[in-house]
Amino acid sequence: MNWGGPAEFFAMGGYGFYVWGSFGLAAALMALEPLLLRHRRKAALTELKRELAAKQEATDEE
Amino acid sequence: MSEVSALSALIGVIRRDLKLAMRRKSDVLTTLFFFVIVVSLFPLGIGPEMDMLRKIAPGVLWVAALLATMLSLNRLFALDYADGTLEQMVLSSVPLGLLVAGKVVAHWLLSGLPLTVLAPVLGLQFDLPAGSLAVLVASLAIGTPVLSLIGAIGAGLTLGVRGGGVLVSLLVLPLYVPVLIFGAGAVGAQVSGLGAGAHLSLLAAMLALAVFFAVWATTIALRIALE
Amino acid sequence: MSRRLINWFKYSSPQTFYPLAGKMIPWFATLAVLFGAAGLYIGFFVAPTDAQQGEGYRIIFVHVAAAWMSMFIYLVMAFWAALGLSLNTRLSGMMASALAPTGALFAFLSLWTGALWGKPMWGTWWVWDARLTSSLILFFLYLGFIALQSAIDDPRRADRAGAVLLLVGVINIPIIYFSVQWWNTLHQGASVSLTKAPTMARTMLWGMLLMVLSFWMYAIAAALYRVRCIMLERERNAGWVYELPEVKS
Repeated sequence: MNWGGPAEFFAMGGYGFYVWGSFGLAAALMALEPLLLRHRRKAALTELKRELAAKQEATDEE
Repeated sequence: MSEVSALSALIGVIRRDLKLAMRRKSDVLTTLFFFVIVVSLFPLGIGPEMDMLRKIAPGVLWVAALLATMLSLNRLFALDYADGTLEQMVLSSVPLGLLVAGKVVAHWLLSGLPLTVLAPVLGLQFDLPAGSLAVLVASLAIGTPVLSLIGAIGAGLTLGVRGGGVLVSLLVLPLYVPVLIFGAGAVGAQVSGLGAGAHLSLLAAMLALAVFFAVWATTIALRIALE
Repeated sequence: MSRRLINWFKYSSPQTFYPLAGKMIPWFATLAVLFGAAGLYIGFFVAPTDAQQGEGYRIIFVHVAAAWMSMFIYLVMAFWAALGLSLNTRLSGMMASALAPTGALFAFLSLWTGALWGKPMWGTWWVWDARLTSSLILFFLYLGFIALQSAIDDPRRADRAGAVLLLVGVINIPIIYFSVQWWNTLHQGASVSLTKAPTMARTMLWGMLLMVLSFWMYAIAAALYRVRCIMLERERNAGWVYELPEVKS
Protein backbone atom coordinates (compact mmCIF):
# COMPACT_ATOMS: atom_id res chain seq x y z
CA MET A 1 0.00 0.00 0.00
CA ASN A 2 1.36 3.41 -0.98
CA TRP A 3 -0.77 5.79 1.00
CA GLY A 4 -1.05 6.63 4.69
CA GLY A 5 -4.55 8.00 4.39
CA PRO A 6 -7.04 9.71 2.05
CA ALA A 7 -5.42 13.11 2.50
CA GLU A 8 -2.08 11.77 1.38
CA PHE A 9 -3.76 10.00 -1.53
CA PHE A 10 -5.39 13.18 -2.79
CA ALA A 11 -2.24 15.23 -2.31
CA MET A 12 -0.27 12.85 -4.59
CA GLY A 13 2.99 13.93 -3.01
CA GLY A 14 2.44 17.54 -4.07
CA TYR A 15 1.43 16.63 -7.64
CA GLY A 16 -2.27 16.48 -6.84
CA PHE A 17 -3.28 19.25 -9.23
CA TYR A 18 -1.50 17.66 -12.18
CA VAL A 19 -2.47 14.06 -11.50
CA TRP A 20 -6.12 14.80 -10.73
CA GLY A 21 -6.28 17.33 -13.54
CA SER A 22 -5.28 14.57 -15.96
CA PHE A 23 -7.41 11.76 -14.59
CA GLY A 24 -10.30 14.11 -13.85
CA LEU A 25 -10.60 15.51 -17.36
CA ALA A 26 -10.17 12.04 -18.88
CA ALA A 27 -12.97 10.70 -16.70
CA ALA A 28 -15.17 13.72 -17.38
CA LEU A 29 -14.80 13.53 -21.15
CA MET A 30 -15.24 9.76 -21.22
CA ALA A 31 -18.45 10.19 -19.23
CA LEU A 32 -19.63 13.10 -21.36
CA GLU A 33 -19.23 11.30 -24.68
CA PRO A 34 -21.71 8.49 -23.87
CA LEU A 35 -24.16 11.06 -22.52
CA LEU A 36 -23.98 13.06 -25.74
CA LEU A 37 -24.37 9.86 -27.73
CA ARG A 38 -27.46 8.91 -25.74
CA HIS A 39 -28.89 12.32 -26.47
CA ARG A 40 -28.14 11.88 -30.17
CA ARG A 41 -29.76 8.46 -30.21
CA LYS A 42 -32.88 9.75 -28.46
CA ALA A 43 -33.18 12.60 -30.94
CA ALA A 44 -32.86 10.19 -33.87
CA LEU A 45 -35.46 7.84 -32.40
CA THR A 46 -38.02 10.59 -31.72
CA GLU A 47 -37.55 11.82 -35.28
CA LEU A 48 -38.13 8.32 -36.65
CA LYS A 49 -41.19 7.81 -34.45
CA ARG A 50 -42.63 11.08 -35.66
CA GLU A 51 -42.11 10.05 -39.28
CA LEU A 52 -43.62 6.64 -38.65
CA ALA A 53 -46.71 8.23 -37.12
CA ALA A 54 -47.02 10.57 -40.10
CA LYS A 55 -46.74 7.64 -42.49
CA GLN A 56 -49.41 5.64 -40.67
CA GLU A 57 -51.71 8.64 -40.68
CA ALA A 58 -51.23 8.98 -44.42
CA THR A 59 -52.13 5.30 -45.02
CA ASP A 60 -55.12 5.51 -42.69
CA GLU A 61 -56.57 8.38 -44.65
CA GLU A 62 -56.39 6.53 -47.95
CA MET B 1 -3.45 7.72 -76.52
CA SER B 2 -0.05 8.48 -77.98
CA GLU B 3 2.63 10.41 -76.17
CA VAL B 4 2.44 13.34 -78.52
CA SER B 5 -1.27 13.89 -78.08
CA ALA B 6 -0.96 13.45 -74.29
CA LEU B 7 1.69 16.15 -74.20
CA SER B 8 -0.35 18.45 -76.38
CA ALA B 9 -3.38 17.89 -74.15
CA LEU B 10 -1.30 18.79 -71.10
CA ILE B 11 -0.01 21.94 -72.76
CA GLY B 12 -3.53 22.75 -73.90
CA VAL B 13 -4.85 22.64 -70.32
CA ILE B 14 -2.01 24.78 -69.02
CA ARG B 15 -2.44 27.32 -71.79
CA ARG B 16 -6.19 27.49 -71.30
CA ASP B 17 -5.90 28.08 -67.54
CA LEU B 18 -3.24 30.73 -68.02
CA LYS B 19 -5.36 32.49 -70.59
CA LEU B 20 -8.39 32.45 -68.29
CA ALA B 21 -6.30 33.77 -65.43
CA MET B 22 -5.01 36.62 -67.57
CA ARG B 23 -8.60 37.76 -67.99
CA ARG B 24 -8.89 38.07 -64.22
CA LYS B 25 -5.47 39.47 -63.39
CA SER B 26 -6.63 40.84 -60.06
CA ASP B 27 -6.97 37.31 -58.65
CA VAL B 28 -3.34 36.56 -59.30
CA LEU B 29 -2.16 39.95 -58.10
CA THR B 30 -4.16 39.70 -54.88
CA THR B 31 -2.24 36.58 -53.88
CA LEU B 32 1.05 38.33 -54.52
CA PHE B 33 0.07 41.45 -52.62
CA PHE B 34 -1.07 39.28 -49.74
CA PHE B 35 2.35 37.64 -49.65
CA VAL B 36 4.18 40.96 -49.75
CA ILE B 37 2.00 42.60 -47.10
CA VAL B 38 2.09 39.68 -44.66
CA VAL B 39 5.88 39.50 -44.88
CA SER B 40 6.20 43.27 -44.43
CA LEU B 41 3.97 43.25 -41.36
CA PHE B 42 6.28 41.03 -39.33
CA PRO B 43 9.05 43.58 -38.70
CA LEU B 44 6.33 46.00 -37.57
CA GLY B 45 5.06 43.46 -35.09
CA ILE B 46 8.40 42.23 -33.86
CA GLY B 47 10.69 45.23 -34.04
CA PRO B 48 13.43 46.36 -36.41
CA GLU B 49 16.44 44.62 -34.80
CA MET B 50 18.30 43.18 -37.78
CA ASP B 51 19.70 40.19 -35.90
CA MET B 52 16.24 39.07 -34.92
CA LEU B 53 14.83 39.69 -38.41
CA ARG B 54 17.60 37.73 -40.06
CA LYS B 55 16.80 34.83 -37.78
CA ILE B 56 13.05 34.77 -38.42
CA ALA B 57 13.19 35.61 -42.13
CA PRO B 58 13.10 32.03 -43.51
CA GLY B 59 10.17 31.06 -41.31
CA VAL B 60 8.23 34.22 -42.03
CA LEU B 61 8.73 34.02 -45.79
CA TRP B 62 7.81 30.37 -45.88
CA VAL B 63 4.70 30.69 -43.72
CA ALA B 64 3.58 33.64 -45.83
CA ALA B 65 4.15 31.61 -49.00
CA LEU B 66 2.13 28.75 -47.49
CA LEU B 67 -0.79 31.02 -46.68
CA ALA B 68 -0.66 32.79 -50.05
CA THR B 69 -0.72 29.46 -51.88
CA MET B 70 -3.60 28.31 -49.75
CA LEU B 71 -5.60 31.44 -50.49
CA SER B 72 -5.33 30.79 -54.20
CA LEU B 73 -6.35 27.14 -53.99
CA ASN B 74 -10.06 27.68 -54.50
CA ARG B 75 -9.19 29.13 -57.92
CA LEU B 76 -7.89 25.71 -58.96
CA PHE B 77 -11.13 23.88 -59.79
CA ALA B 78 -14.01 25.95 -58.43
CA LEU B 79 -14.76 28.03 -61.55
CA ASP B 80 -14.61 25.07 -63.91
CA TYR B 81 -16.80 23.15 -61.49
CA ALA B 82 -19.37 25.93 -61.29
CA ASP B 83 -19.82 26.31 -65.08
CA GLY B 84 -19.73 22.57 -65.80
CA THR B 85 -16.44 22.57 -67.71
CA LEU B 86 -14.89 20.22 -65.19
CA GLU B 87 -17.57 17.63 -65.79
CA GLN B 88 -16.89 17.83 -69.54
CA MET B 89 -13.19 17.35 -68.87
CA VAL B 90 -13.77 14.27 -66.73
CA LEU B 91 -15.94 12.75 -69.46
CA SER B 92 -13.50 13.55 -72.27
CA SER B 93 -11.08 11.00 -73.67
CA VAL B 94 -8.05 12.68 -72.10
CA PRO B 95 -6.95 10.90 -68.89
CA LEU B 96 -8.06 12.88 -65.84
CA GLY B 97 -4.62 12.67 -64.24
CA LEU B 98 -3.20 14.62 -67.17
CA LEU B 99 -5.80 17.34 -66.79
CA VAL B 100 -5.16 17.59 -63.07
CA ALA B 101 -1.41 17.78 -63.69
CA GLY B 102 -1.96 20.56 -66.23
CA LYS B 103 -4.17 22.56 -63.89
CA VAL B 104 -1.69 22.17 -61.04
CA VAL B 105 1.17 23.35 -63.25
CA ALA B 106 -0.89 26.37 -64.27
CA HIS B 107 -1.69 27.08 -60.65
CA TRP B 108 1.96 26.93 -59.74
CA LEU B 109 2.93 29.23 -62.62
CA LEU B 110 0.45 31.77 -61.28
CA SER B 111 1.16 31.46 -57.54
CA GLY B 112 4.32 29.55 -56.64
CA LEU B 113 6.53 30.93 -59.38
CA PRO B 114 5.77 34.63 -58.77
CA LEU B 115 6.23 34.04 -55.03
CA THR B 116 9.62 32.50 -55.69
CA VAL B 117 10.64 35.41 -57.88
CA LEU B 118 9.49 37.98 -55.33
CA ALA B 119 10.97 36.25 -52.28
CA PRO B 120 14.58 37.50 -52.64
CA VAL B 121 13.38 41.10 -52.79
CA LEU B 122 11.49 40.59 -49.56
CA GLY B 123 14.46 38.73 -48.15
CA LEU B 124 16.48 41.92 -48.55
CA GLN B 125 14.05 43.64 -46.18
CA PHE B 126 15.18 41.11 -43.60
CA ASP B 127 18.85 41.63 -44.38
CA LEU B 128 19.44 38.08 -45.57
CA PRO B 129 22.92 37.56 -47.04
CA ALA B 130 23.22 36.64 -50.72
CA GLY B 131 23.99 32.96 -50.07
CA SER B 132 20.84 32.56 -47.99
CA LEU B 133 18.78 34.35 -50.62
CA ALA B 134 19.90 31.86 -53.23
CA VAL B 135 18.96 28.95 -50.96
CA LEU B 136 15.62 30.61 -50.21
CA VAL B 137 14.85 30.85 -53.90
CA ALA B 138 15.92 27.24 -54.46
CA SER B 139 13.82 25.95 -51.56
CA LEU B 140 10.77 27.88 -52.74
CA ALA B 141 11.27 26.71 -56.31
CA ILE B 142 11.26 23.07 -55.19
CA GLY B 143 8.77 23.47 -52.34
CA THR B 144 5.95 25.55 -53.81
CA PRO B 145 5.06 22.91 -56.45
CA VAL B 146 4.53 20.49 -53.55
CA LEU B 147 2.21 23.04 -51.95
CA SER B 148 0.18 23.30 -55.18
CA LEU B 149 0.05 19.50 -55.52
CA ILE B 150 -1.08 18.80 -51.94
CA GLY B 151 -3.43 21.75 -52.11
CA ALA B 152 -5.07 20.28 -55.20
CA ILE B 153 -6.25 17.31 -53.10
CA GLY B 154 -7.89 19.66 -50.62
CA ALA B 155 -9.41 21.77 -53.39
CA GLY B 156 -10.82 18.65 -55.03
CA LEU B 157 -12.30 17.32 -51.81
CA THR B 158 -14.03 20.59 -50.93
CA LEU B 159 -15.48 21.35 -54.37
CA GLY B 160 -18.93 22.85 -54.02
CA VAL B 161 -18.91 22.26 -50.28
CA ARG B 162 -20.27 24.74 -47.73
CA GLY B 163 -17.52 27.02 -46.42
CA GLY B 164 -15.01 25.44 -48.78
CA GLY B 165 -12.40 28.18 -48.49
CA VAL B 166 -11.86 27.91 -44.74
CA LEU B 167 -12.25 24.15 -44.83
CA VAL B 168 -9.39 23.80 -47.31
CA SER B 169 -7.05 25.49 -44.86
CA LEU B 170 -8.01 23.08 -42.09
CA LEU B 171 -7.43 20.09 -44.34
CA VAL B 172 -4.29 21.22 -46.09
CA LEU B 173 -2.23 23.15 -43.54
CA PRO B 174 -1.37 20.13 -41.34
CA LEU B 175 -0.18 18.33 -44.47
CA TYR B 176 2.06 21.28 -45.35
CA VAL B 177 4.13 20.84 -42.18
CA PRO B 178 6.98 18.77 -43.71
CA VAL B 179 7.39 21.20 -46.61
CA LEU B 180 7.52 24.12 -44.21
CA ILE B 181 10.09 22.40 -42.00
CA PHE B 182 12.45 21.50 -44.81
CA GLY B 183 11.87 24.67 -46.81
CA ALA B 184 12.53 27.07 -43.96
CA GLY B 185 15.09 24.65 -42.54
CA ALA B 186 17.15 24.80 -45.73
CA VAL B 187 17.67 28.54 -45.31
CA GLY B 188 18.29 28.14 -41.60
CA ALA B 189 20.90 25.47 -42.24
CA GLN B 190 22.63 27.71 -44.78
CA VAL B 191 22.72 30.58 -42.28
CA SER B 192 24.18 28.37 -39.55
CA GLY B 193 26.83 27.07 -41.96
CA LEU B 194 25.62 23.48 -42.18
CA GLY B 195 24.81 23.64 -45.89
CA ALA B 196 21.35 23.25 -47.34
CA GLY B 197 22.00 20.21 -49.54
CA ALA B 198 20.25 17.62 -47.36
CA HIS B 199 17.16 19.77 -46.89
CA LEU B 200 16.86 20.55 -50.57
CA SER B 201 17.22 16.94 -51.63
CA LEU B 202 14.57 15.88 -49.13
CA LEU B 203 12.28 18.58 -50.53
CA ALA B 204 12.95 17.21 -54.00
CA ALA B 205 12.08 13.71 -52.78
CA MET B 206 8.77 15.06 -51.45
CA LEU B 207 8.12 16.70 -54.80
CA ALA B 208 8.70 13.39 -56.57
CA LEU B 209 6.32 11.60 -54.20
CA ALA B 210 3.71 14.33 -54.44
CA VAL B 211 3.76 14.40 -58.26
CA PHE B 212 2.60 10.82 -58.27
CA PHE B 213 0.40 10.49 -55.19
CA ALA B 214 -1.21 13.91 -55.06
CA VAL B 215 -2.26 13.87 -58.72
CA TRP B 216 -3.70 10.42 -58.24
CA ALA B 217 -5.56 11.37 -55.05
CA THR B 218 -6.86 14.53 -56.71
CA THR B 219 -8.37 12.58 -59.61
CA ILE B 220 -10.20 10.36 -57.09
CA ALA B 221 -11.36 13.42 -55.17
CA LEU B 222 -12.68 15.04 -58.36
CA ARG B 223 -14.52 11.89 -59.39
CA ILE B 224 -16.16 11.77 -55.97
CA ALA B 225 -17.14 15.42 -56.18
CA LEU B 226 -18.67 15.02 -59.63
CA GLU B 227 -20.60 11.83 -58.99
CA MET C 1 -13.95 -19.34 -49.11
CA SER C 2 -16.87 -17.97 -51.05
CA ARG C 3 -19.26 -18.75 -48.22
CA ARG C 4 -17.12 -16.84 -45.77
CA LEU C 5 -17.01 -13.89 -48.12
CA ILE C 6 -20.78 -13.87 -48.35
CA ASN C 7 -21.00 -13.93 -44.55
CA TRP C 8 -18.77 -10.90 -44.29
CA PHE C 9 -20.84 -8.99 -46.75
CA LYS C 10 -23.97 -9.95 -44.90
CA TYR C 11 -22.67 -8.35 -41.71
CA SER C 12 -21.51 -5.30 -43.57
CA SER C 13 -25.07 -4.24 -44.33
CA PRO C 14 -26.40 -1.72 -41.78
CA GLN C 15 -29.58 -3.70 -41.32
CA THR C 16 -27.77 -6.76 -39.96
CA PHE C 17 -24.99 -4.86 -38.22
CA TYR C 18 -27.33 -2.63 -36.23
CA PRO C 19 -28.71 -5.32 -33.88
CA LEU C 20 -25.32 -7.05 -33.71
CA ALA C 21 -23.68 -3.80 -32.57
CA GLY C 22 -26.45 -3.34 -30.03
CA LYS C 23 -25.66 -6.74 -28.53
CA MET C 24 -21.91 -6.06 -28.43
CA ILE C 25 -21.98 -2.64 -26.75
CA PRO C 26 -22.75 -3.84 -23.17
CA TRP C 27 -19.93 -6.39 -23.34
CA PHE C 28 -17.32 -3.89 -24.45
CA ALA C 29 -18.57 -1.30 -21.97
CA THR C 30 -18.34 -3.82 -19.11
CA LEU C 31 -14.85 -4.85 -20.17
CA ALA C 32 -13.83 -1.19 -20.32
CA VAL C 33 -15.01 -0.62 -16.75
CA LEU C 34 -13.37 -3.82 -15.46
CA PHE C 35 -10.02 -3.20 -17.14
CA GLY C 36 -10.18 0.44 -16.10
CA ALA C 37 -10.85 -0.41 -12.46
CA ALA C 38 -8.01 -2.93 -12.43
CA GLY C 39 -5.66 -0.51 -14.20
CA LEU C 40 -6.47 2.34 -11.81
CA TYR C 41 -6.03 0.05 -8.81
CA ILE C 42 -2.61 -1.06 -9.97
CA GLY C 43 -1.73 2.47 -11.07
CA PHE C 44 -2.57 4.10 -7.76
CA PHE C 45 -2.17 1.42 -5.12
CA VAL C 46 0.24 -1.22 -6.36
CA ALA C 47 2.75 0.61 -8.54
CA PRO C 48 5.48 2.11 -6.36
CA THR C 49 6.42 5.76 -6.24
CA ASP C 50 8.92 6.67 -8.95
CA ALA C 51 12.35 7.56 -7.65
CA GLN C 52 12.84 10.56 -9.97
CA GLN C 53 9.35 11.84 -10.61
CA GLY C 54 7.60 11.12 -7.33
CA GLU C 55 3.84 10.61 -7.55
CA GLY C 56 3.58 12.85 -10.60
CA TYR C 57 4.55 10.03 -12.90
CA ARG C 58 1.16 8.39 -12.30
CA ILE C 59 -0.18 10.57 -15.12
CA ILE C 60 1.56 8.08 -17.40
CA PHE C 61 -1.30 5.62 -16.89
CA VAL C 62 -3.81 7.86 -18.61
CA HIS C 63 -1.37 9.70 -20.88
CA VAL C 64 0.21 6.73 -22.62
CA ALA C 65 -3.11 4.97 -23.07
CA ALA C 66 -4.70 8.08 -24.61
CA ALA C 67 -1.72 8.70 -26.89
CA TRP C 68 -1.66 5.12 -28.16
CA MET C 69 -5.38 5.07 -28.80
CA SER C 70 -5.28 8.37 -30.65
CA MET C 71 -2.76 6.91 -33.10
CA PHE C 72 -4.35 3.49 -33.29
CA ILE C 73 -7.84 4.84 -33.98
CA TYR C 74 -6.52 6.90 -36.89
CA LEU C 75 -4.99 3.75 -38.39
CA VAL C 76 -8.25 1.85 -37.92
CA MET C 77 -10.13 4.69 -39.61
CA ALA C 78 -7.70 4.55 -42.52
CA PHE C 79 -8.26 0.80 -42.73
CA TRP C 80 -12.03 1.32 -42.95
CA ALA C 81 -11.44 4.08 -45.51
CA ALA C 82 -9.38 1.79 -47.73
CA LEU C 83 -12.00 -0.93 -47.41
CA GLY C 84 -14.77 1.52 -48.21
CA LEU C 85 -13.06 2.90 -51.30
CA SER C 86 -12.11 -0.50 -52.69
CA LEU C 87 -15.18 -2.60 -51.84
CA ASN C 88 -17.73 0.21 -51.73
CA THR C 89 -19.44 -1.05 -48.59
CA ARG C 90 -21.67 1.39 -46.78
CA LEU C 91 -20.66 0.22 -43.32
CA SER C 92 -16.99 1.20 -43.77
CA GLY C 93 -17.72 4.88 -44.17
CA MET C 94 -20.08 4.83 -41.23
CA MET C 95 -17.46 3.13 -39.06
CA ALA C 96 -14.82 5.68 -40.02
CA SER C 97 -17.06 8.60 -39.13
CA ALA C 98 -18.18 6.86 -35.94
CA LEU C 99 -14.58 6.48 -34.78
CA ALA C 100 -13.45 10.04 -35.56
CA PRO C 101 -14.86 11.94 -32.53
CA THR C 102 -13.57 9.30 -30.12
CA GLY C 103 -10.15 9.45 -31.75
CA ALA C 104 -10.15 13.24 -31.52
CA LEU C 105 -11.11 12.94 -27.85
CA PHE C 106 -8.12 10.71 -27.15
CA ALA C 107 -5.81 12.96 -29.17
CA PHE C 108 -6.96 15.91 -27.07
CA LEU C 109 -6.55 13.93 -23.85
CA SER C 110 -3.02 12.93 -24.78
CA LEU C 111 -2.13 16.60 -25.35
CA TRP C 112 -3.83 17.72 -22.15
CA THR C 113 -2.28 15.06 -19.93
CA GLY C 114 1.07 15.60 -21.64
CA ALA C 115 0.94 19.28 -20.71
CA LEU C 116 -0.03 18.48 -17.12
CA TRP C 117 2.84 16.02 -16.95
CA GLY C 118 5.31 18.40 -18.51
CA LYS C 119 4.67 21.31 -16.18
CA PRO C 120 5.93 19.69 -12.95
CA MET C 121 8.58 17.55 -14.67
CA TRP C 122 10.21 20.01 -17.08
CA GLY C 123 8.78 23.25 -15.72
CA THR C 124 6.80 24.09 -18.85
CA TRP C 125 3.39 23.21 -20.18
CA TRP C 126 4.58 22.66 -23.67
CA VAL C 127 7.85 21.81 -25.35
CA TRP C 128 8.24 21.61 -29.11
CA ASP C 129 9.35 18.04 -28.89
CA ALA C 130 8.89 15.77 -31.89
CA ARG C 131 6.31 13.61 -30.19
CA LEU C 132 4.25 16.48 -28.81
CA THR C 133 4.29 18.31 -32.11
CA SER C 134 3.23 15.23 -34.05
CA SER C 135 0.39 14.61 -31.58
CA LEU C 136 -0.79 18.16 -32.13
CA ILE C 137 -0.77 17.66 -35.88
CA LEU C 138 -2.62 14.37 -35.47
CA PHE C 139 -5.28 16.25 -33.51
CA PHE C 140 -5.55 18.74 -36.40
CA LEU C 141 -5.94 15.86 -38.85
CA TYR C 142 -8.86 14.53 -36.81
CA LEU C 143 -10.47 17.97 -36.76
CA GLY C 144 -10.03 18.30 -40.53
CA PHE C 145 -11.69 14.95 -41.13
CA ILE C 146 -14.64 15.81 -38.88
CA ALA C 147 -15.01 19.27 -40.45
CA LEU C 148 -14.93 17.87 -43.99
CA GLN C 149 -17.56 15.24 -43.22
CA SER C 150 -19.89 17.66 -41.51
CA ALA C 151 -19.61 20.15 -44.39
CA ILE C 152 -20.81 17.67 -47.02
CA ASP C 153 -24.54 17.02 -47.00
CA ASP C 154 -24.64 13.89 -49.16
CA PRO C 155 -23.52 11.05 -46.84
CA ARG C 156 -22.12 8.91 -49.68
CA ARG C 157 -19.92 11.74 -50.86
CA ALA C 158 -18.97 12.61 -47.28
CA ASP C 159 -17.83 9.03 -46.71
CA ARG C 160 -15.78 8.81 -49.85
CA ALA C 161 -14.22 12.26 -49.55
CA GLY C 162 -13.40 11.52 -45.92
CA ALA C 163 -11.81 8.23 -46.95
CA VAL C 164 -9.49 9.97 -49.45
CA LEU C 165 -8.49 12.48 -46.78
CA LEU C 166 -7.79 9.69 -44.28
CA LEU C 167 -5.57 7.80 -46.71
CA VAL C 168 -3.67 10.96 -47.65
CA GLY C 169 -3.25 11.63 -43.94
CA VAL C 170 -2.01 8.16 -43.16
CA ILE C 171 0.64 8.36 -45.88
CA ASN C 172 1.66 11.72 -44.47
CA ILE C 173 1.91 10.78 -40.80
CA PRO C 174 5.30 9.04 -41.06
CA ILE C 175 6.64 11.90 -43.21
CA ILE C 176 5.36 14.45 -40.69
CA TYR C 177 6.82 12.52 -37.78
CA PHE C 178 10.18 12.16 -39.48
CA SER C 179 10.34 15.81 -40.48
CA VAL C 180 9.36 17.02 -37.02
CA GLN C 181 12.02 14.79 -35.51
CA TRP C 182 14.63 16.20 -37.88
CA TRP C 183 13.51 19.75 -37.15
CA ASN C 184 13.65 19.04 -33.43
CA THR C 185 17.22 17.75 -33.45
CA LEU C 186 18.35 20.86 -35.32
CA HIS C 187 16.59 23.26 -33.01
CA GLN C 188 17.18 21.59 -29.68
CA GLY C 189 17.31 24.61 -27.39
CA ALA C 190 16.88 23.55 -23.79
CA SER C 191 18.36 20.18 -22.91
CA VAL C 192 15.01 18.48 -22.44
CA SER C 193 15.02 14.88 -23.47
CA LEU C 194 11.72 13.09 -23.34
CA THR C 195 12.98 9.88 -24.82
CA LYS C 196 14.95 8.97 -21.73
CA ALA C 197 12.17 7.06 -20.03
CA PRO C 198 12.87 5.88 -16.51
CA THR C 199 13.28 2.14 -16.23
CA MET C 200 9.86 0.84 -15.56
CA ALA C 201 8.78 -1.52 -12.85
CA ARG C 202 6.80 -4.54 -13.95
CA THR C 203 3.74 -3.35 -12.05
CA MET C 204 3.81 -0.03 -13.92
CA LEU C 205 3.79 -1.87 -17.22
CA TRP C 206 0.81 -3.94 -16.10
CA GLY C 207 -1.05 -0.83 -15.04
CA MET C 208 -0.37 0.81 -18.37
CA LEU C 209 -1.39 -2.27 -20.32
CA LEU C 210 -4.68 -2.52 -18.44
CA MET C 211 -5.43 1.14 -19.02
CA VAL C 212 -4.73 0.76 -22.74
CA LEU C 213 -7.10 -2.23 -22.85
CA SER C 214 -9.74 -0.27 -20.98
CA PHE C 215 -9.50 2.69 -23.37
CA TRP C 216 -9.57 0.31 -26.30
CA MET C 217 -12.77 -1.34 -25.13
CA TYR C 218 -14.25 2.08 -24.39
CA ALA C 219 -13.41 3.25 -27.91
CA ILE C 220 -15.08 0.20 -29.46
CA ALA C 221 -18.19 0.62 -27.34
CA ALA C 222 -18.43 4.35 -28.10
CA ALA C 223 -17.87 3.81 -31.83
CA LEU C 224 -20.52 1.09 -31.99
CA TYR C 225 -22.95 3.31 -30.13
CA ARG C 226 -22.26 6.15 -32.54
CA VAL C 227 -22.49 3.96 -35.62
CA ARG C 228 -25.98 2.93 -34.48
CA CYS C 229 -26.96 6.60 -34.23
CA ILE C 230 -25.52 7.25 -37.68
CA MET C 231 -27.51 4.33 -39.09
CA LEU C 232 -30.74 5.61 -37.58
CA GLU C 233 -30.10 9.04 -39.04
CA ARG C 234 -29.05 7.92 -42.49
CA GLU C 235 -31.23 4.93 -43.22
CA ARG C 236 -34.41 6.93 -42.87
CA ASN C 237 -35.58 5.93 -46.31
CA ALA C 238 -34.57 2.29 -46.03
CA GLY C 239 -37.68 1.03 -44.25
CA TRP C 240 -35.98 -1.42 -41.92
CA VAL C 241 -35.48 1.26 -39.27
CA TYR C 242 -39.26 1.58 -38.94
CA GLU C 243 -39.47 -2.12 -38.10
CA LEU C 244 -37.13 -1.73 -35.12
CA PRO C 245 -38.80 -2.36 -31.75
CA GLU C 246 -37.39 0.86 -30.31
CA VAL C 247 -39.02 2.88 -33.08
CA LYS C 248 -42.35 1.01 -33.18
CA SER C 249 -43.14 1.20 -29.49
